[in-house]
Amino acid sequence: MARRENSEINAGSMADIAFLLLIFFLVTTTMDVDSGIARKLPEKSEDTPEVTIKEKNILDIVVNRNNALLVENEFVEVSDIKRLAMDFIDNGGGLSTPKADKPGEPCDYCNGAKDPASSDHPTKAIISLQSDRGTTYGMYVSIQNEVEAAYNELRNKLALKKYNRTYKDLLSEYKDNATESLKDKINFLKDSYPQIISEPEPIK
Amino acid sequence: MSKFKKKKKGLPAISTASLPDIVFMLLFFFMVSTTMRETDLLLKKPVLPTASEVKKLEHKSLVSTIYVGKSKDARIAGDKIQVNDKIIDINDIPSFIFSERALRKEEEVKYMTTSIKADKEANVGTILDIKEQLRDINALKISFSTTKGADIKSNYK
Repeated sequence: MARRENSEINAGSMADIAFLLLIFFLVTTTMDVDSGIARKLPEKSEDTPEVTIKEKNILDIVVNRNNALLVENEFVEVSDIKRLAMDFIDNGGGLSTPKADKPGEPCDYCNGAKDPASSDHPTKAIISLQSDRGTTYGMYVSIQNEVEAAYNELRNKLALKKYNRTYKDLLSEYKDNATESLKDKINFLKDSYPQIISEPEPIK
Repeated sequence: MSKFKKKKKGLPAISTASLPDIVFMLLFFFMVSTTMRETDLLLKKPVLPTASEVKKLEHKSLVSTIYVGKSKDARIAGDKIQVNDKIIDINDIPSFIFSERALRKEEEVKYMTTSIKADKEANVGTILDIKEQLRDINALKISFSTTKGADIKSNYK
């Protein structure tokens, strides 16, 4: 009974352990971020002007309820879409859309085949994705992903050529510090390869 | 009285024994409060498709989530849509978005994003219907929620 004074356990380090756990939970619970493919829906307007678009400026992607893919009436795999889309967008076979003050000009940054039967200019190239109501969502997202990948790679190439850095790099820096010059660069890249994706009514 | 006087000798150190309790209390508070925001899924947990070109959703407070998936009851076929804690019809999506908008400041409304968390086996028809509803009420920013990965093939096998 003489040792009774020593019997209290030192609980000083208990706080440290608890703090460690606390920090662990604080960090891990915020790590679960929602990420996905961002899309902007077209606005709905009452009077849409009738526009005529040349057949060659549209890349037709059709997917049916058995998840079979047709691109320009040929059977392809999902993994082919990126290459096909890039060839199509970057073709640069003609002139861009004439603006109010200047006439259309040929694409001076395209590396495509300049095939007259394919798209005229990246700003004119439209990707049309026609799906069936019975297509699975996984397939649909895969196609969207491949199309997004095609645009990203084209923007990347142009960014490397013009600014010596990747498009992704520019975007992540813009997120950290939003300067005017960075914004101009990103907008230039976006305008050079604008995402024009059209989704007609699904096949019933 | 002599008993009390004896104890007063020597200044006792401040006990830190209750510090762990305080920290544990904080710990439990965070553990509990961080899981409280999760909505209870009334559907089968959607298996998100995989994609490589993903963007992180910024401003979590401005995101409204729509779940699409199969019902837990295997006898009920078709895709079900869940928002917050209830299963709704496609035609109720506008009212859901309006109620979400009412909770935010007016200047924040244009930055609001709708995140669609759909099962990869869901029908595109349902998704396109949702998109059409969102277009009708000018909720134009959407995000197809995916998990990041390179294995695209697993989406449609």
